[in-house]
Amino acid sequence: MIPLSGDLGNAKGIVRENLGPTETRRGTSTLKRGFAHMLKNGVVMDVTTVEQAQIAEDAGAVAVMVLDKLPADVRKAGGVARTASIRIIEEIMDSVTIPVMAKCRIGHVYEAQVLGSTDVDMIDESEVLTPADEFHHIWKWDFTTPFVNGARNLGEALRRIEEGAAMIRTKGEPGTGNVAEAVIHIKNVNTELRRIKSIYDAGDEQDLVSVARELKVSYSLVEETASLGRLPVVNFAAGGISTPADAAYLMTLGCDGIFVGSGIFKSDDAKERAQAVVLATTFWEDPDKVKEAQKMVDERQSMLGLDTKNLELRMQERGSTA
Amino acid sequence: MTGINIGVLAVQGDVAENISAIRMAMDDLGMEGVVSQVKTPEQISDLDGLVIPGGESTVIGTLSLINGSMKKIKEKIASGMPVLGTCAGMILLSKKAKDRVVGEMEQPLLDYLDIKIERNAFGRQKDSFEAEISLEKIGIPKFRGVFIRAPSVVDAGKTVEVLSKVDEKIVAVKQGNIIGTSFHPELTEDLAIHKYFVNLVQKKN
Repeated sequence: MIPLSGDLGNAKGIVRENLGPTETRRGTSTLKRGFAHMLKNGVVMDVTTVEQAQIAEDAGAVAVMVLDKLPADVRKAGGVARTASIRIIEEIMDSVTIPVMAKCRIGHVYEAQVLGSTDVDMIDESEVLTPADEFHHIWKWDFTTPFVNGARNLGEALRRIEEGAAMIRTKGEPGTGNVAEAVIHIKNVNTELRRIKSIYDAGDEQDLVSVARELKVSYSLVEETASLGRLPVVNFAAGGISTPADAAYLMTLGCDGIFVGSGIFKSDDAKERAQAVVLATTFWEDPDKVKEAQKMVDERQSMLGLDTKNLELRMQERGSTA
Repeated sequence: MTGINIGVLAVQGDVAENISAIRMAMDDLGMEGVVSQVKTPEQISDLDGLVIPGGESTVIGTLSLINGSMKKIKEKIASGMPVLGTCAGMILLSKKAKDRVVGEMEQPLLDYLDIKIERNAFGRQKDSFEAEISLEKIGIPKFRGVFIRAPSVVDAGKTVEVLSKVDEKIVAVKQGNIIGTSFHPELTEDLAIHKYFVNLVQKKN
């Protein structure tokens, strides 16, 4: 069974109704978090068109994430980045059998409502888009559709889970083709998890209370996370993944799967690269297989990438204080 | 090695939940044996029973085909090895699958269970549901079914026993030593279905 810490049994997103003679419940934590569990060990790929979505599905992507522009192009274009055109999302939903996710702006309750009504399988409240509310994220318990949120550290992750996120992705720096920030953040989360696990194992409740205060989350969520020694929801790595080896490396750091944004469709060998990243993610424990995957791509075709030190726009910082 | 050897196909999906459900089922029944993740044809060839977990059937199928696991599983099924397939697992065991919206599509299947599958039969994620169901024929009168983008069986052959239905849709079947469910018993704390399966493996052994 899956851990359900931070579960809100009377959430507005839970719908009770009858299916023929059978009483059913939709939008429960088991269903939302369970959905994320079905994605484990998989690759979610950012796409902007039906063609890209089909390439992703054929390559073995576990889901696609629909955006108006890939993160690298958001960076280039500047201006305000908003949720994708509904018509494109619907066309993609009608052309692939794998789950379809879409991004909404941080705090933009009504963009999320629109995506929920569109029937996307998961909503990503994402820092890649321009935040609508820097201080409040969406209260995700109000939705029947599950949410995924980004986090750079344990506090952010747990605050998002407390708001109802069914899945976390540790943030990298999107659209850079540089995996460095993703590595830092997954390691941050792991270190903090080890720390609270050791406090829990030592039975030091007083120290756990200080942790809850420091992270600004409820004691019960901190306690349950500490007892598990991992996040109570599925956690993927994201941001800057460009090569099969990048994907395999992040899997070794203990994440449950990966999101690939610009890395695939901003390269010049998207089809091969999509397959290769899936292979490396599935068989990450086998260096020979990862080598085979890496061999499928040509480094001269990789996206050029950016140094993350001197960026004008650091997407990862958006909404992180809330 | 003493006891039974059960594997959970660990290509993609909710592998850990199935491992822990099988482990607890064996412990509860006081049964000796091991349960582990399996990925390669070599690991699969040693098994007495296999669980194919929930996940994306297209992904699990495509990747199992690439590394030769698909062929090995077929051989083992032909030799009588019991298999439990939940959700994506049931789709992979079937002879034919089509999607409710997208329609016919090519995806690798094990081509054993004589059933026709409709994928995403109840709708998309927002329509995923929990409901109390019953599998009387295998002695489980009450079970909390967790249906996530669940498939249903639209056509079942003569050798297939229908174990459960929801709203007239077939959601659990058995054919010989093969069990398929549309829902995810591994996401609940009820071990009844996993216990039934490990007993099946024990008997076959």
